[in-house]
Amino acid sequence: MEKIKDLLMQHPFFKGLPKERLDLLAGCGSNIHFKKGECIFKMGEESNHFYIVRKGRVSLEMDGAQHGPIRVQTIEEGDILGWSWLIPPHKWSFTAFAVEDVNVTALDGQCLRRKCEEDHDLGYELLKRFSAVLAKRLEWTRMQLLDVYGANA
Amino acid sequence: MRKESHLVEETVDPMVPRPFVVRESREETRDAFTLTLEPQEANGAPAFEPGQFNMIYVFGVGEVPVSISGDPRQPEVLVHTVRAVGGVTRALQKLGPGDIVGVRGPFGSAWPVDKAKGKDVVIVTGGIGLAPLRPAVCQILGQREKIGKFALLYGARTPKDILYREQLGQWRSNLDLQVRVTVDNATRDWYGTVGVVTILIHKARFDPANTIAMVCGPEIMMRFVVQELIKERMREQDIYISMERNMKCAVGFCGHCQYGPNFICKDGPVFRFSDVRHLFGLREI
Amino acid sequence: MKILERNNFHRLFDVLKESGFDIIGPTLQDQAIVYDHLEGVEDLPEGWTDEQAPGKYRVKKRNDKALFGYVVGPTSWKKFLYPPRQKLWSAQKAGSGFEVAAEEGVPQKMAFLGVRSCELAAIAVQDKIFCGGSFVDPHYKKRRENVFLAAVNCAEPKGTCFCVSMNTGPRALGGLDLSLTEMIEGERHYFFLRSGSAEGEKVLSRLPLKDAEGGQQKKEDALLEEARRHMGRAMDTRDIKRLLYDNPDHPQWDKAAERCLSCANCTMACPTCFCSTVEDVSDLTGEHAERWRKWDSCFSLEFSYIHGGNVRQSTKGRYRQWMTHKLASWQDQFGTSGCVGCGRCISWCPAGIDITEEVKAIRADQPARAESP
Repeated sequence: MEKIKDLLMQHPFFKGLPKERLDLLAGCGSNIHFKKGECIFKMGEESNHFYIVRKGRVSLEMDGAQHGPIRVQTIEEGDILGWSWLIPPHKWSFTAFAVEDVNVTALDGQCLRRKCEEDHDLGYELLKRFSAVLAKRLEWTRMQLLDVYGANA
Repeated sequence: MRKESHLVEETVDPMVPRPFVVRESREETRDAFTLTLEPQEANGAPAFEPGQFNMIYVFGVGEVPVSISGDPRQPEVLVHTVRAVGGVTRALQKLGPGDIVGVRGPFGSAWPVDKAKGKDVVIVTGGIGLAPLRPAVCQILGQREKIGKFALLYGARTPKDILYREQLGQWRSNLDLQVRVTVDNATRDWYGTVGVVTILIHKARFDPANTIAMVCGPEIMMRFVVQELIKERMREQDIYISMERNMKCAVGFCGHCQYGPNFICKDGPVFRFSDVRHLFGLREI
Repeated sequence: MKILERNNFHRLFDVLKESGFDIIGPTLQDQAIVYDHLEGVEDLPEGWTDEQAPGKYRVKKRNDKALFGYVVGPTSWKKFLYPPRQKLWSAQKAGSGFEVAAEEGVPQKMAFLGVRSCELAAIAVQDKIFCGGSFVDPHYKKRRENVFLAAVNCAEPKGTCFCVSMNTGPRALGGLDLSLTEMIEGERHYFFLRSGSAEGEKVLSRLPLKDAEGGQQKKEDALLEEARRHMGRAMDTRDIKRLLYDNPDHPQWDKAAERCLSCANCTMACPTCFCSTVEDVSDLTGEHAERWRKWDSCFSLEFSYIHGGNVRQSTKGRYRQWMTHKLASWQDQFGTSGCVGCGRCISWCPAGIDITEEVKAIRADQPARAESP
């Protein structure tokens, strides 16, 4: 628990959160290891966690029918994985795989949602941080859509 | 304009190409290939600086500008990586050893490799944009001790579109060169990073206050990359970009490649971002 | 200053021809005064003048028999120095390769007769483009070195003239071999002549001339001063580079684009516009190839093509490119304006777009700038 708190304190995502809030968050945290090739979560399933990737690479995938699964984004060391826990209906939008052995700190979304409802200031701080992650992802997705290196680009 | 003053020497026509022999044509990706050319005449290939380009002529078909992508430390050959997208480039794709092409050049401005001495260097490229930066990478590696941290960040469309795979692997094995490659999307046989090239910038190690950035790729991609570099607190005058416009003559006569007051063929293609930032966001410029 | 009587004017043709020049000058063709090869005085548009206004050019008879009583027409000298279509080289297949033969044709010596001051300025501008930079165009240079420039001072500017604004006229000053001022005083018809070079001096020395008397200089001065005061148009060029650089999104560009047909007439008629395209061609056997250079225009859509599309897709983008280049970026590129105030782009625009009015409109809503000291 202390270790998780230290980790959160050092992570830029949580920068500026007061100590007692970090205590709250750390209370919902646990360290998990995923083996290479292991599924971390599946599209459509209930989303009750988010992860801070501490080591390794995670891929977000969509099933491209005749193309098979398509990797649309990788989440790597230091990145935040998963926002579906925060936004109803709390279902994963993508499937996540461990491309290599992955260590994450998982934060319990159910527990966090409850704490956020009780403490709107905490909720606001978290939403602010996750909307930055989402905005970034949206920007990247738009760039991918432009297909700037494509045959007709 | 009296003749007397010009009698000293006959003006060489910069529009006349010199013959070069194709020594090797090598497939890089499904639509890109690399030509190695040797001069047909005995007087050697012209020296070039990283970032410069040549005009390559296919007999009876036409001429295109192509950046030089070889190692400036091996000036005896000309190396060009070409993407087959039009009539002339497709004709170039069909050439093999022994075939002859015409070459004019080298033309244009160079990457500021000299300015990078004592500084960190971050190279951000996308797609075929790696080709004009390969000479700069080679030159920097040849004088590695003069440069601080060195990062090469490269984005491609899919894993199949990655240029110079073998060489990227060799470069990656250099402990003092951070090579990061990402693709816009991939299937499961790709274990590397997926995402646009800008995601690599934040993770590269360099000191924004003491870094030279060299950026080359499609204009939209460069726009995002420059934005990201500035967000990382790099200064506009330390960022260099390579621009593209239509080009017919490469010597400033045809007017096609104008970019504001600049002729891409002689004032570019490499520009200091702070010198062109007022043009960079303008539409139809 | 010397005097050549009208009845001796044919001697100028004789002397130029004897000196080996192909004489090119104004002549009436298809109801316009154009530049073409001249055999003698009779080919000049004697007794003709022109009327010009935005989108309008008409020739009409004069009340006198002036030889140079008009201004500039649809052609300019650039077509002789920088031909609209020019072979740069040819190549022949040889073994696995090919051999290139440069186009070496030695151009004939040309004498341009009747060059106006604005046109001298235009030639000087093109000299900078083709001979003043790190690369020299040998095709232009060869022609240019063999040209004799006989200028005519403009006494009667027309409706689209604004050389005074561009500081290029009406008096022909530098860069000429000979200058003429046509004088008609009742029955008397004569020319003031000056030489501007050793070559010009040689020509003068072979003409039946009289010395001008004191007081005659005043007559010429008065004539040209009168011309100076009768410009059809004016352009305020103060800080014009900044004005255009600062206004790439001015609504006036949209207004101009609503009228502009993107027809490229202005660029073809302009004596300084130099854009070209390069075409590589081959014959049907595939054994013989040639490279040609042709005039091109920034008003064509393909002009800005790069893989994936055209950079300047709208007429607005193209008109803005043309005018901003002409009046602003040209200064950065060549140290001079690209506009010499000849008015051709105004007269020959089918929509009558007037570059002086466009500048005025953009300037109209600018905050007043402090006068530079």
